[in-house]
Amino acid sequence: MRIGVFVCHCGSNIGATVDCVAVAESARMLPDVAFAADTMYACSEPGQLAIAEAIHEHGLDGVVVASCSPRMHEPTFRRAVERAGLNRYMLEMANIREHVSWVGKNKALNTNKAGELIAMAVAKLRNDRPLHSSRFDVNKRVLVIGGGVAGIQAALDCADGGMQVVLVEREQSIGGKMAKLDKTFPTIDCSSCILGPRMVDVALHPNITLYTASEVEDVSGYVGNFSVRIKRRATYVDWDKCTGCGLCMEKCPSRKSPDPFNEGVSTTTAINIPFPQAIPKKAAIDPEACLKFQKGKCGICARVCPTNAVNYKQMDTWVTEEVGAVIAATGYDLFDHTAYGEYGAGRYPDVITSMQYERLMNASGPTGGHIVRPSDGREPKRVVFVQCVGSRDPSIGRPYCSGFCCMYTAKQAILTRDHIPDSEAYVFYMDIRSPGKGYDEFTRRAQEQYGVRYVRGRVAHIYELGDRIVVRGADTLAGEQVEVEADLVVLAVGAEPSKGAPELAEKLRISYDTYGFFMEKHPKLGPVETNTAGILLAGSCQGPKDIPASVAQGSAAAAKVMALFSRDQLESDPQVASVNAARCVGCMKCVQVCPYKAISETEDRFGNPKAQVIETVCQGCGLCTATCPQGAVQLSHFTDNQILAEVTALCPPFPAESFE
Amino acid sequence: MSAVPGRELRIIGFLCNWCSYGGADTAGVSRFEQPTDLRVVRVPCSGRIDPLFIVRAFLNGADGVLVSGCHPGDCHYSEGNYHARRRLELLKHLLPAAGIDPARFHYTWVSASEGAKWQQTVTDFTNRIHELGPAPAFCGASTPEDWAAVALGAANGPGCSDHGGDGK
Ligand code: SF4
Ligand code: SF4
Repeated sequence: MRIGVFVCHCGSNIGATVDCVAVAESARMLPDVAFAADTMYACSEPGQLAIAEAIHEHGLDGVVVASCSPRMHEPTFRRAVERAGLNRYMLEMANIREHVSWVGKNKALNTNKAGELIAMAVAKLRNDRPLHSSRFDVNKRVLVIGGGVAGIQAALDCADGGMQVVLVEREQSIGGKMAKLDKTFPTIDCSSCILGPRMVDVALHPNITLYTASEVEDVSGYVGNFSVRIKRRATYVDWDKCTGCGLCMEKCPSRKSPDPFNEGVSTTTAINIPFPQAIPKKAAIDPEACLKFQKGKCGICARVCPTNAVNYKQMDTWVTEEVGAVIAATGYDLFDHTAYGEYGAGRYPDVITSMQYERLMNASGPTGGHIVRPSDGREPKRVVFVQCVGSRDPSIGRPYCSGFCCMYTAKQAILTRDHIPDSEAYVFYMDIRSPGKGYDEFTRRAQEQYGVRYVRGRVAHIYELGDRIVVRGADTLAGEQVEVEADLVVLAVGAEPSKGAPELAEKLRISYDTYGFFMEKHPKLGPVETNTAGILLAGSCQGPKDIPASVAQGSAAAAKVMALFSRDQLESDPQVASVNAARCVGCMKCVQVCPYKAISETEDRFGNPKAQVIETVCQGCGLCTATCPQGAVQLSHFTDNQILAEVTALCPPFPAESFE
Repeated sequence: MSAVPGRELRIIGFLCNWCSYGGADTAGVSRFEQPTDLRVVRVPCSGRIDPLFIVRAFLNGADGVLVSGCHPGDCHYSEGNYHARRRLELLKHLLPAAGIDPARFHYTWVSASEGAKWQQTVTDFTNRIHELGPAPAFCGASTPEDWAAVALGAANGPGCSDHGGDGK
């Protein structure tokens, strides 16, 4: 075999703490290495061309690139060697940047370590074999999980692109958080006027199948061929019959439960349609509040319904959908401010959340758009906004910035002055973060044009004094303590992943961070993909995002799906398992461990049971390989021999001993 | 960092591609300084790791072996790390029987976002191996009694008493 080794300086990223020239020199001593050189940027065009040239000039049949992480550039270099005529799997990488130059300080030790990592890569490469992909069909349907603005955008873009879309939403209606908003920054657009038509488009689009009040229960399969089990929660109303007339709501005697759509600032009936523009506009019963369910009597809604849609005996149902790609757009939840004892921990009625305030300002909200104090219904004359509640605070495990609170606070302060011209608005802030288009101008307008008073400093304490609320904090610019007596305090609560996000991530086999936000493939160059092929991200499930960013990512995810579906067949990854029938004793232990049911039982011509890997289904985890007591299953590109070759390169066996 | 500079020990890490290898990358990207002794073998899943790889590394003279995969419940292949966990736990109990001090072996779970945890893991494990010193060399124990003595030595304390390598 003739191996070429290329040691990348990565500018000074590697070159500064690894002696790349010496490393290349030591690589020349390794068995089968016919050529070794150092290069400034292996991934650049001249770098890749130099690799190709060396392959031709020195007749190389395998290449080791010692550079950054293979998680970064393995595909790049695989393509490069392929262009030069080699099989793409005749490439190994030694990670001498993330694992060496960036974490070690001592140049001599780093150089030594880089040399050994290359020795391991060469040892593995000596056991590499060319691999070839097979092809499989793609099911060109896409599942979108979450019907907020990101999911709606993704679903519509895919559907307009001719894809069949299945949209699953946990709530009774689509629309997500945006449907609850009054106006949107920085244009003061009416939220439901811009979202409403999109929601209707979803309902009417011939390519979209909508399941609301539904949840994804199980996902199996792989890119191009996922199978998804969806639970459709019983709503106790037959939605095929319900016309959304609302008669049942008018007559329902149970009217005391807090209305979740209005964030609990008003009450609602046990049977209800969440809001007038709901899609689908169908009623559902909350069994917790329903007298029929709780006490066994009532049944008024069933009697008044003109279409006989109410059915107290309705059961959950399940559907299975086959799709080729999945877009996760499960959004976020608002931070629960009762974590803050110093802010009253939810005890004071006139300390409310930003979303509750939003509902109070909304013309279609419980007060018809009149801002009133929850305690006594009076119009507040002084409203204090407290920013960063549940953001940028490591002490409650929320060290990240939620991103949009600065902006929505400015919006709410402006609207407060619009609604109540003789009112005052104060904003306590840590920093103002307004980097979007037109954003900084907007926060400036709040201060200059609307006279909103911005006080820089964290609020230390909020307490009731008579019928007013006192907000005490520091003005760090003036360097003094400040106390503001307010009629209403609005906490700008931050964002956290939506409930159940980690469980969903586990079903989708994607990663999530400490908080539960889904992890993208690469923070810069793969922001909508995940590490699992065919699973894409949109909106705040990946991290807090405002509406423009959510919509942009929804469209981006749709574009990725369309690129995926532009091919009728996909190439499977040839790094799969295979069974050596001569060794297999038919114990079927491999069948039991394979998470993808990729191994089936067959017979040889004498009728002996043998295992067989279905190549297109195998995902290449290698569980079977480590399980087989006979060593009969091997995972291509990660065979026992290859891994042991790496071990041996690092720890050569003692001369006196042999394990062969 | 107490790992002796200039004098490295042979520490092999088997890391799953999705979580821990990513975590090690994250540590690198964040420039979290670590001792340099560890060399990483990348495998697709911690479930791919045959315990024999680890034994083989030790028999070849490795001073320490570290295995890291995705947190249980968070496996890229759904359940590979559950299989890994059972095997590795069992292996830990069997190592003394092969004359290997189980303190030289450690398995843990590090996700792709946990760069700081990876730094800590590598630092702690490397320090531990430096405290134990280089692994004692195996010198042709042939009779069952020899092996029993080796095993007993490993079970009772760090390393095998009979073959006591340097650094003890
Ligand atoms: S585990 Fe090995 S021996 Fe058993 S059926 Fe599978 S391949 Fe055959
Ligand atoms: S490597 Fe083995 S266990 Fe893993 S998916 Fe393929 S056949 Fe199944």
